[in-house]
Amino acid sequence: MKKDRRNFLKLTTAAAASMVPAVSGASIEHDEEDFNDVFGVLVDTTVCIGCRNCELACNQENKLPEQPNGHFSDKSVFDSRRRPSVESLTVVNSCMDSNVLDDLNGKSYGKIQCMHCNHPACVSACIVGALTKCNHGVVAYDAWKCIGCRYCMVACPFQIPAYEFKEALKPRVMKCTFCYDRIHDDKKPACVESCPVEALTFGKRGDLIKLAHSKIETDPDSYFDHVYGESEIGGTSWMYLASNEFINYDLPKLTEEHIPSTTESIQHGIFKSFLPPLALYGFLGLIMHSIRQDEKKEAETDEQS
Amino acid sequence: MNNHETPTPINAKFFSKGAIILSLFALIGALGYIYRLISGLDATTNLNNEYPWGIWIAVDVATGVALAAGGFTTAALADIFHRDKYHSLTRPALLTAMLGYTFVVVGLLADLGRYYNVWHPMLPSMWQGNSVLFEVGICVMIYLTVLYIEFFPIIIEKFKGHVKLPGLLSRYNSLVESFLKISHRTLYRVLSLFIIAGVVLSCLHQSSLGTLMVIAPYKMHPLWYTPILPLLFLLSAISVGFPMVIFESILSSWSFKLKPELKTLASIAKYTPILLFCYLSIKIADLAIRNAFDYLLEINIQSIGFILELGIGVVLPMMILFQRKKRYSINYLFLSASCIVFGILLNRINVFLIAYTPPFSTGYYFPSLIEIAVTIGLISGLILVYRFMVIHLPVISIERVKFNVISKKHESKSTIKG
Repeated sequence: MKKDRRNFLKLTTAAAASMVPAVSGASIEHDEEDFNDVFGVLVDTTVCIGCRNCELACNQENKLPEQPNGHFSDKSVFDSRRRPSVESLTVVNSCMDSNVLDDLNGKSYGKIQCMHCNHPACVSACIVGALTKCNHGVVAYDAWKCIGCRYCMVACPFQIPAYEFKEALKPRVMKCTFCYDRIHDDKKPACVESCPVEALTFGKRGDLIKLAHSKIETDPDSYFDHVYGESEIGGTSWMYLASNEFINYDLPKLTEEHIPSTTESIQHGIFKSFLPPLALYGFLGLIMHSIRQDEKKEAETDEQS
Repeated sequence: MNNHETPTPINAKFFSKGAIILSLFALIGALGYIYRLISGLDATTNLNNEYPWGIWIAVDVATGVALAAGGFTTAALADIFHRDKYHSLTRPALLTAMLGYTFVVVGLLADLGRYYNVWHPMLPSMWQGNSVLFEVGICVMIYLTVLYIEFFPIIIEKFKGHVKLPGLLSRYNSLVESFLKISHRTLYRVLSLFIIAGVVLSCLHQSSLGTLMVIAPYKMHPLWYTPILPLLFLLSAISVGFPMVIFESILSSWSFKLKPELKTLASIAKYTPILLFCYLSIKIADLAIRNAFDYLLEINIQSIGFILELGIGVVLPMMILFQRKKRYSINYLFLSASCIVFGILLNRINVFLIAYTPPFSTGYYFPSLIEIAVTIGLISGLILVYRFMVIHLPVISIERVKFNVISKKHESKSTIKG
């Protein structure tokens, strides 16, 4: 809500300054601009070598269950497709399309984790506001508020949040934290810092988008001409470059429409200043009192005939 | 109430053969339920990261809420639209709704990972107005309170004038008595306000239950994914209201060996085919507008589920109930009501489970034995509490002259009136 109001203020001042009448298109442009300042990561799958250092760094930073020695250098994991889980908030998979893989000498990898959407469905879904979109872009989770309904998992279009089903009394929703504490200390997320080949670039989302497009421009043969996450479901903090279809890296095909927009407009339509419920209440009250004795009799004879 | 039918406690033994079997189911379910609360979801359910919701949401919560719709639809018809001849149906419907929602909450607790935090949505600091689930939760909570208030006069009716507390508590007899008297007077004055509130709250959360899955457009099968899901949920809940009342009225008259109120039931059934027809038309129009008919040609669990849901739950009972003669046949009436109740169950399972097809899925969800046991246990428990209450409280109306079983009913009736 606060964000909306700020948008509106910025929008009106911008419109006044440039003497351009505000049109509906302008607000969409502005919306995206607003998310230029949040943090993001650009994943260049053409650079990734599948070393899994990021998985190791994530494991240590988030104090996830310890894994046996050599676990994170085991390349056999690429034989199957893995999903983020309560034990690994990020996983690296190899390219799904075997033809593409052959062209690239069997080496093409993509890392997946929470995308930290600009308009997160999980945040909109959460019944108690345990999930929040912070100003610096992180979608953060507060286990203390959580009631464990798992509606966030239903809502996420990337199928990311995992749940500690095995935990009997204090299960948590588990997903990439974007190394919230590290970012606060002006450090890069653990995975980004651990990457030996700079497949991961941490920075302001707006800068990353520019970087991504300049990469595509300078080397159009190596890249599929699309920055995944720039506009998907209204944009995400984590964005991707690839040499081929993004679905090969478990990134589903999505439109630009914000996921929560439909449910929220239904929701707010029904509850607009509580008018519709009150109107229904008044209407029913009116019926209750206006139907008189003669109509009652009519109803009684109705079926008898 | 000066109708020729007066609600009366039913004179029957609580432990019939059926009740004993149900008690067994309820006991097994209770054990599973306790085991779940202690040992967690993984030990007791087949839920996983791909399928976070199972039958406890689809059946216990979603279907439970839908099948409790008899409460508000009957109240709307009898009390708001003043169709007085249906008054005999309002109390059983109210009791079903009250127990239905109570068991919905009990069932929901089993599903919540942190069930002890269930009260969190009540705290203003945690209100989340964008969340559909928040709206459903708050509405259900208020509605449940309204239902208890609406039911309270029945308790007053039972005890007013002869409060007899046991032992030491007996000194409070007169205090309780005057409390009952005062609440009796005030409640009768304001009850209509609560009745209307109940209808409004029901409309709100019945539809919002449908909005829940609208947030997952990329996971929902196109046969069910539509932005008008809330409308379809509301309409189907309204449609199942009367059939559910018919269904259980016939069942309880068979169980208690009473004469079914065929005339009243057949009469209220006349609305149902019209509602079903509206529902069916909207459903078909929705499919047509979204160009989703092609998905019916693929043979898979979704297309079969969809056809069964509409065929058994809507088309068949609609065809039967459009014929006046069949409405007045107890067997046809029961058959069609059962079909509609079953259809709602199927629809809610379809929307929440069958239609839920996550993009990176490696398996499918099928409930575990404990999940099934808990669900069956909850339903059995609900029926048992219902049975207990109609035996002890004036809920079911018996025609004064025509009933045929035991003459003792006259006695129990006169004590209540006195």
